Amino acid sequence: MNQTLETTQAQRDAVTDADVTLIVGLEVHVQLDTQSKLFCNCSTAYGADANTQTCPVCTGMPGTLPVINQRALKLAIKTGLALNCKIANYTKWDRKNYFYPDLPKGYQISQFDKPICGEGHLTISDAKGAFETRDIQIERAHLEEDAGKSIHDETGAQKPSKIDLNRTGTPLLEIVTKPDLRSAEEAKAFLTELKLILTYIDVSDCNMQEGSLRCDANVNLHIKVDGEKIATPIAEVKNLNSFRAAERAIGYEAERQLRVWKKDGLGIADAPKQTRGWDDANQKTTKSREKEDAADYRYFPDPDLIAVETTDEEINAIGSTIEYLPSKLRTELMESYGLEAYDTEVIVSQGIGVVTYYKTVADFLTKSASGSKSPGKTASNWVAQEVLRYLNEQNCAIGDYPISGDQLGELLARIAKGDFDQTRGKDVLAQMLENRADLEAAIEKLGIKAVDSGEVEALCQQIIDENQGVIEQIKGGKVQAVGSLIGKAKKLNPNINPNLVKETILKQIGI
Amino acid sequence: MQIEQLSAAELVKRIGTGELTAAQCTDHFLGKIRDKNDDNGAFLAQCDEQAADAAKQIDASIAAGKSPGPLAGLPVAVKDGICTAGITTTAGSKMLSEFVPPYDATIVSRLKDAGAIVIGKTNMDEFAMGSSNENSAFHPAKNPWNHDHVPGGSSGGSATAVAAAMAPVAIGSDTGGSIRQPASFCGITGLKPTYGRVSRYGLIAFASSLDQIGPMTRSAEDCALVMQTLAGHDKNDSTSAPVDVADYMAALEKPLSGLKVGICKQHFEEGLGEEVRASVNDAIDVLKTLGASTVEIELPYTQYGIAAYYVIAPCEASSNLSRFDGVRYTNRAAAENLEEMYSKTRAEFFGEEVKKRIMLGTHALSSGYYDAYYLKASKVRRMIKNDYDKAFESVDLILGPTVPTTAFKFNQHAADPLAMYLADIYTVAANLSGVPAISIPCGFDSAGLPVGLQLQARRFDEATLLQAAHQYQTQTDWHQRSPQS
Repeated sequence: MNQTLETTQAQRDAVTDADVTLIVGLEVHVQLDTQSKLFCNCSTAYGADANTQTCPVCTGMPGTLPVINQRALKLAIKTGLALNCKIANYTKWDRKNYFYPDLPKGYQISQFDKPICGEGHLTISDAKGAFETRDIQIERAHLEEDAGKSIHDETGAQKPSKIDLNRTGTPLLEIVTKPDLRSAEEAKAFLTELKLILTYIDVSDCNMQEGSLRCDANVNLHIKVDGEKIATPIAEVKNLNSFRAAERAIGYEAERQLRVWKKDGLGIADAPKQTRGWDDANQKTTKSREKEDAADYRYFPDPDLIAVETTDEEINAIGSTIEYLPSKLRTELMESYGLEAYDTEVIVSQGIGVVTYYKTVADFLTKSASGSKSPGKTASNWVAQEVLRYLNEQNCAIGDYPISGDQLGELLARIAKGDFDQTRGKDVLAQMLENRADLEAAIEKLGIKAVDSGEVEALCQQIIDENQGVIEQIKGGKVQAVGSLIGKAKKLNPNINPNLVKETILKQIGI
Repeated sequence: MQIEQLSAAELVKRIGTGELTAAQCTDHFLGKIRDKNDDNGAFLAQCDEQAADAAKQIDASIAAGKSPGPLAGLPVAVKDGICTAGITTTAGSKMLSEFVPPYDATIVSRLKDAGAIVIGKTNMDEFAMGSSNENSAFHPAKNPWNHDHVPGGSSGGSATAVAAAMAPVAIGSDTGGSIRQPASFCGITGLKPTYGRVSRYGLIAFASSLDQIGPMTRSAEDCALVMQTLAGHDKNDSTSAPVDVADYMAALEKPLSGLKVGICKQHFEEGLGEEVRASVNDAIDVLKTLGASTVEIELPYTQYGIAAYYVIAPCEASSNLSRFDGVRYTNRAAAENLEEMYSKTRAEFFGEEVKKRIMLGTHALSSGYYDAYYLKASKVRRMIKNDYDKAFESVDLILGPTVPTTAFKFNQHAADPLAMYLADIYTVAANLSGVPAISIPCGFDSAGLPVGLQLQARRFDEATLLQAAHQYQTQTDWHQRSPQS
């Protein structure tokens, strides 16, 4: 690497935010959703008693040999396809050698130079336009086995450390981006979109608390000084276990690296890559205790496993199992249902269950001949506000929502027809949820019935007679005052259609 | 006739007919081990109880008229680098002196399923690294023909056990010659199968891409009998081949007429002992009288075999032996912290040769050296494979000496490890190329030590090896000779 340009304190002090570009690359470890481990038949279920999900193979007993889990391979290929990666027709296994107590064989089986997934990309965008929509390049994605867990005594009593090998051998897909991300927001958007894709294609439960999705970020700055570019030393921030942590850690690093560089002026060639950890309690990154000398993992092909050859036909067959991708659904909701980007995102970010539910409601409303002017938007309002609120409150999934998409569609159709207004409609929905009633029963229970035109006219005449003051105001040009009369009409007859009331009153007083 | 003079095939036959019980047979060989082991050190463990229980079950099953299995009642000695459930398995190392595997190696399960009875675990060079058994962490086995001489290695205990009639059959493993070289030194028959023919699951790995398990017996016929049980695909070993297993016993009786035997001139150049050369030449004549014809062939790249082998094998070993770190199932040295625990454990419980090879391999794999060593050696290996492929276009077998010399004395090569490594010069190429190879006795030197003849065949053509070896043994009696001790 070239020597870093030498800068003076004055030059460094003159640098402003506009001269600084943040460079971020991510490494995301995804635990693939398999029943058994990558190289043996042990269960991958989370939360079992320590060392109960182990066998001679995953504890590295002398003489044991690994055998590849075919489902893990398929899930890796499926993920690669969803990320637009070139899938390798030939992939092999390599050993990454290092000593660690929770690594039973003294090496991790991984993929070095022939990963299962090659270059690809993922599109990020922001519904509110915080950054421009663009493709983030993916360098590769490879399969590897997870290590176990070391459990150290934290009581200060210096009790011996313990090791739980239940996790050892769990299949991980490590997805590596190019250093393409330019802000903490972009990094968060990438992770959010990645998680959404993984959820849609059903390859991982993406449970971050249980470690199914873990992220490391490589961060540095490119700083312009008098037309020359200076790169700061790279920091790898490890084990970011929430999107928020990733966003904040990257933001913190951007600030820290600029502060440090302004003080010492050291560039990428002057200081080694640092490993740092995110300290959530203090909201800052700290230097890890790991040794800084470059680790030599002595990668070489694992002689216990044979290379995997996959034909294009096999790859295509796996591709055909991808039913839904968020990007395609967004296009569909915007083009076929007339939704705006923001409303689309609210629905799509909830997963395929909510999207399907939404489409059922909107389709019903569209076909109902109710006269609804914007069925897509109406359905999205109700799903986003009423349905999602219920799911949040009850902490349940869309599959557990008690009202079918058709029933909600019917309810919206009745509102559109003018059988009752939106406020009454919400009462009906509440009634349906509370009593698990069907639509008609709920309507009946609330005593909602059609009001004929004679009744409307009589009621309006009564209101005109009793509120001459307001009528004078309206006649005087303050038409909006009719609102208070609508309220009075609704008190007299809750089933009355407010629009009709307004129309009738204005007609009767000759406006 | 004494029980120990009967062939394995004959023992199985007599046990099957009830002429001999499995219990009598097992007792007999366990007695032999008790009598001789103090003198020759062939065994590291003797399985009296397990063997007696197994024999009882076989006898009961035969008495009940059930099908007793192709090896019913046959006592087998298993190299101690092969895992046996409930029986200490040390791989000849102090590191594993307390290691009791919770599982059987696939070949041990197969042997047991066929009715064979494991009577003991045989001595070996530590982690199969050695050609003399002097690297056993416990004590060396001794050559039954002369206790001042080594039995060869690393499967020296298995060779000693068969030659000294302590077991009719033994199982060995061969990474660079570890079955064939001790078979040659001890005057027995030893087969290294094609890479992928026999499951490695449960074999404590030395060099995974080279290791193969195989039978060590007195005759080719016994070898075929046992091989029939060992061979075949194993779902627990991805490198075991899904290739059909031939009928080895049926192949034995086929005549050799029309068989083309390649003679590689590199195997007869300098370094080959004159008495060995003479015995091998006599063997060629015997095969000719049986109808085989000879063709001179060349294997030019095999001259780099030793160099490639001593890069690839230590590289793989350095990684394979990383698991012996004091954390699980090994012995552990007392230490104050983790790093000290690692280094003290490995310093204390690995022997010198093992440490030397771990260091060689670690160095050769490290960043900046990988291309010059591991990658280069892998290329040489491919060239050697190509040599064999070309040779086998025109011949069915390749014949030569197994080892340049007969068994050397203990400590003879202590000052010159390279001379020791040259004991593998004719054998490593079969491991590097993956072809099967057998060593059979073909004479004795003037000191009364056996000479071995090596035959190599196309991949997965063990049948032709066994056929030629058996036909040779119908015309000679070298394999029937027994040492005094």
